[in-house]
Amino acid sequence: MTVPAVLHRARDTARELAWLFRGVMGENAYQAYLDHHERSHTGGLPMTEREFWRDKTDRQDANPEGRCC
Amino acid sequence: MSKKQSGSHRHDDVLVTDPDLPAVAVDPQQAEAEERRWTPAKIALWVGIALLGGVSWTILAIVRGETVNAIWFVFAAVCTYLIAYRFYSKFIERNLLKPDDRRATPAEYKADGKDYAATDRRVLFGHHFAAIAGAGPLVGPVLAAQMGYLPGTLWIIIGVIFAGAVQDYLVMFFSMRRGGRSLGQMAREELGIIGGTAALIATLAIMIIIVAILALVVVNALGESPWGVFSVSMTIPIALFMGVYLRYLRPGKVTEVSLIGFALLLLAIIGGGWISETAWGAEMFTLDRITIAWGIIIYGFIAAVLPVWLLLAPRDYLSTFMKIGTILMLAVAIVITRPEISVPAVTDYATTGAGPVVAGTLFPFLFVTIACGALSGFHALIASGTTPKMIEKERQTRFIGYGGMLMESFVAIMALVAALSIDRGIYFAMNSSGAATGGTIEGAVTFVNGLGLTGVNLTQDALSTLAANVGEESIVSRTGGAPTLAVGIAQIMQGVFGGAGMMAFWYHFAIMFEALFILTAVDAGTRVARFMLQDSIGNFVPRFRDTSWRVGAWICTAVMVAGWGAILIMGVTDPLGGINTLFPLFGIANQLLAAIALAVCMAICAKRGLFRFLWIPALPLAFASVVTITASFLKIFSSTPAIGYWAQHTAFKNALEAGEQSFGTATSVAAMEAVVRNTFIQGTLSIVFVVLSIIVITTAIIATVKAYRNGGGAETEDAPVASRIFAPAGLAATPAEKELEAQWAALEPGRRPARTGH
Repeated sequence: MTVPAVLHRARDTARELAWLFRGVMGENAYQAYLDHHERSHTGGLPMTEREFWRDKTDRQDANPEGRCC
Repeated sequence: MSKKQSGSHRHDDVLVTDPDLPAVAVDPQQAEAEERRWTPAKIALWVGIALLGGVSWTILAIVRGETVNAIWFVFAAVCTYLIAYRFYSKFIERNLLKPDDRRATPAEYKADGKDYAATDRRVLFGHHFAAIAGAGPLVGPVLAAQMGYLPGTLWIIIGVIFAGAVQDYLVMFFSMRRGGRSLGQMAREELGIIGGTAALIATLAIMIIIVAILALVVVNALGESPWGVFSVSMTIPIALFMGVYLRYLRPGKVTEVSLIGFALLLLAIIGGGWISETAWGAEMFTLDRITIAWGIIIYGFIAAVLPVWLLLAPRDYLSTFMKIGTILMLAVAIVITRPEISVPAVTDYATTGAGPVVAGTLFPFLFVTIACGALSGFHALIASGTTPKMIEKERQTRFIGYGGMLMESFVAIMALVAALSIDRGIYFAMNSSGAATGGTIEGAVTFVNGLGLTGVNLTQDALSTLAANVGEESIVSRTGGAPTLAVGIAQIMQGVFGGAGMMAFWYHFAIMFEALFILTAVDAGTRVARFMLQDSIGNFVPRFRDTSWRVGAWICTAVMVAGWGAILIMGVTDPLGGINTLFPLFGIANQLLAAIALAVCMAICAKRGLFRFLWIPALPLAFASVVTITASFLKIFSSTPAIGYWAQHTAFKNALEAGEQSFGTATSVAAMEAVVRNTFIQGTLSIVFVVLSIIVITTAIIATVKAYRNGGGAETEDAPVASRIFAPAGLAATPAEKELEAQWAALEPGRRPARTGH
């Protein structure tokens, strides 16, 4: 492989890892919600980012998730 | 519509996938052919893995040198995990669970973009791992190291393959097939009202004891440690700041805020070092254990009633961030430094049961001391509920459920290596109870050198030097596992970054890292338990069902906090050494929960008519039942006071009645009365746990036998729905999966039922 190709590859890998990390941290939850909203054609406007995150933690208030020992 | 595929699947007659879309599952025959084709390269790879694993095990188990290198633990574990994952979990998939990728998962047919959201398998693996791995796998192996390195290593690796990972995989799969139902709901469905109720009460009681003992680990790590108290208490304002930042300043910027939080955390650790050196700082933050315990109890109550966004959610982000980062860092550091381990393979404590860290012989106490990492019942609560609602395709449960648990087991192996790498004399000085060492350097040296361990010659100098290096007043009787692990981690990390001058930083980094997990587990556990209690009381007083009713929420939170708080205070004030007597209860409780989960799985398998392979859940169930019931019986009936709670109870009671002023390690009448009280509570808890578990296991056996007589039982799965998405099953896509992925990618966007993620 040539040097630019290697660099290109490295950049892609770094992007993949960053995507994976953000995913594990839960950062893409809003995007997932938007995708779902668009796909399900339910009509109406989706929640804004701010509303979505508020809604998310408020739902957690009512449905706590366990954390293991 | 026409049938897309033919084959031996059970739901051929019901499941009709959309003919306008590419296939949603790899053709079973093609997948089978791919798996059965052994190319020379593939054979060479697996022979290589098997050989490396074999050599590592030989070095660990048979070769007896002066020392053994830590790298062999890593190789033995990783090679064995790979073989188990490739062959045993595949065997379970093929014969017992039979996932069908043509069926939609709850994340697809119940999709709401929030709780039910199909998530990329690699991301979900990370989520699931972050939810299951906590302080448990870090603490148990440290305490079990007193029996030598081999018993712990064998149990962690073999246990996870045949018990822990099987439990997680089965529970996750069955919950997924039932729309993400919780373990409690499945128990009620499969075992009836008696078994279900017993399972619910047992779960509640077990959560209380687990939270109490985790909190005790933190108290022991922070007692008389101004540095630790300062840096750990700083996590609260840091989390509050992160919460406000996410709510009002930049919603959704999770990685960004975690990085900021992490930087502040490092600052808090460094700042703790400065403050502990000032006179006012040392005075202000040197707290005795009872004060810290009360602090955690008050904190636990407030944290559990505050809104999630303010404290719990941001600290959870911080904890996930630290977890992934630190575990990767530790793995790399162990591979780089490759510490030599001089602990014998098996020590006399395995057979005599007289070990000063946790009393009892190898069977059954090794298996309850190491719970998380080998078999952890608590995982069944995570594997049912949250994760199954996010699985994209059925076949991914093997990677996420079985694979996720293997990963946790690897964390336990690393903790074991870190604990083994420290000097044995220091290990015993740190982990023997204050009652044995008197809490002084002189006392510790006398006690440890008096144990008669070959090759151990502890000096006062070694203890005071290490204490100074890690920035603590004293490291004598820092029981609970966390400080020992922190010393081990500090020793390994300073070999890579910073040298001896950085040991104090790494020690407090490790303490912070464990305290962070535990505090998250404490308030998440309190919250979950509070909801379970509200739901149960709701059967009698319907108003309690309304979880937004403040008064009810506060009452139930207070009840739960009082439950674990009482046990925590009891552990802290226990004249016999607290964690050393309580830790077995933690392990027993956790394993009994595992037995309950496996019992439910066995009943489900029986109702599916899978009697030929019923041994897959029955084998670990039998083992877990025998171990925990034996351990419970010993704790209840043993006549050795160090082991039996009631024997201890009677001995102290008799001494009190005889008018004695001191007895054993209790030096006053008040202390003797405390022992009488504590052993009564511990003994009662042992009885409650074992009775509830026997009820659950018995009802499961009855359900299984009934199913056997009838050749199966009622179907409790949700009705199958045809899937409209495709995703590979494992970490990397196979050639057949890549082919299908390409077909899906070629579909015009309008017709593609989009997947999330990429």
